[in-house]
Amino acid sequence: MPSLQSIDRYWKPIVFLACLLPLVVLVLRIFMVAGFLSGPNPVEEIQDELGIWALRFIMLTLAMTPLRYLTGKAWPIRFRRMFGLFAFSYAALHFLNYLLLDKQLDFGVILEDVTDRTFITIGFTALLALTPLAITSTNKWRRKLGRKWLTLHKLVYGIGAAACWHFFSSVKLDLTEPLAYFGILAVLLGARVVHNSRRATTAAS
Amino acid sequence: MLINRPSAIKSSEITPEHNFVNRRSFIRGASLSGAGLMLGTACSNADDATAAGELVPNPLSDITSYNNFYEFGLGKDDPAKYSGDFKPKPWSVTVDGEADVTGTFNYEDIVKPHVIEERIYRLRCVEAWSMVVPWNGIPLGDLLRRFKPNSRAKYVAFETVVRPSEMPGQRRGVLDFPYVEGLTIAEAMHPLTMMVTGVYGVDLPNQNGAPLRLMVPWKYGFKSIKSIVRISFTETMPPTTWNMAAASEYGFYANVNPEVDHPRWSQASERVIGSGLFAKRQPTLMFNGYADQVAGLYAGLDLRRNF
Repeated sequence: MPSLQSIDRYWKPIVFLACLLPLVVLVLRIFMVAGFLSGPNPVEEIQDELGIWALRFIMLTLAMTPLRYLTGKAWPIRFRRMFGLFAFSYAALHFLNYLLLDKQLDFGVILEDVTDRTFITIGFTALLALTPLAITSTNKWRRKLGRKWLTLHKLVYGIGAAACWHFFSSVKLDLTEPLAYFGILAVLLGARVVHNSRRATTAAS
Repeated sequence: MLINRPSAIKSSEITPEHNFVNRRSFIRGASLSGAGLMLGTACSNADDATAAGELVPNPLSDITSYNNFYEFGLGKDDPAKYSGDFKPKPWSVTVDGEADVTGTFNYEDIVKPHVIEERIYRLRCVEAWSMVVPWNGIPLGDLLRRFKPNSRAKYVAFETVVRPSEMPGQRRGVLDFPYVEGLTIAEAMHPLTMMVTGVYGVDLPNQNGAPLRLMVPWKYGFKSIKSIVRISFTETMPPTTWNMAAASEYGFYANVNPEVDHPRWSQASERVIGSGLFAKRQPTLMFNGYADQVAGLYAGLDLRRNF
């Protein structure tokens, strides 16, 4: 893999643009430009598409540390913050679509959803928990918080589980896809446990 | 509600869908231009009709591209994409149970003795979206009376065809196929309940449940079972597919009711399909707007418990 310098100069912008692609395609679909089509319920399409991409970006963020274990290289970690911020952005847009286009700021209904409907409570909590992580993602905040920064950002494990659960309980019938995400999450978190326990044994011997 | 007694010629052959949908503006345009007053007719036909409390049908493209028909897949566009191999003809329906006339009848035996009517109904899905559809068909009660149900016939059960080779969704088996549904005999005999044979004057497209489907306009869409191959008169309440899949979410009655929410979402309002990105949700009406005609069927029934 390339040097850290070339990562910052070339690879980061390329990956950044790639991360924007799902949003670009969605916008083209909704406004039916360049041959892209949407069905007769665009609000639902926006909701589903932004939600699934938020979940994918959370998984991608969580995959960077295991990828470092596997490769023995530091470069995956240099993409972690970008993926995390994309996860937050897609999740925030997912929530904004729900707020503005779906519920049209009908706060009575929104409040009832958030308090009474478990899967919405879970999704909303996950977004709330992502917010401080997005805010403190800068180098400045990281230095300022020191060791506390690591502890705070461990929240992402819970957020990953909450996001999978939110998807799982929003599905009407076929649970294959949400279960697959639970599986991916288990592998990504399991890799950390295995790695840490190995390291502990090596240190002890 | 509009009831036409059409001739043997399909209405779509006489009136193209576009003119059908825009017939009011066509008439108004004609009369106004005669008077030399073509100014200020920018107000759309849809707005006028909504203001007058009339139903404006969705275009055929909405009706045939946004479907829940899990026999062809779980996505809304799957039925349109994957129903091409389905063969709705020849077709036969088996009638059995508590009736004097039972047996297997072909499509023509079922439909021919009746006059095909057109009815413009609201369709409200349990997922909180809705459409307006001009169906063609026959009152179900008129059909069922020909089989002379006996006094033990308290319910009518319906069954969808099982053809995994033509219905890719059945090969995945997410629901327990065959899809089954049921109505009380009073609901089945109610004049609003239809056995549908077409939409917009053309034969029912495969993705809409060809060649025979129910339409029970005051109930959530999943009650209106598609591609029917069996009708059984029963003494006890028949099992229904969605109730078996998730009893806490889908009841036997499944009457449209804005006051009884689905466990995961509110049923108080609905998104009107085809109304666009910024359209307001529409308040859901009790019994989907048919309360005057059907509320009497449920007198004394606790609708919260019997959802």
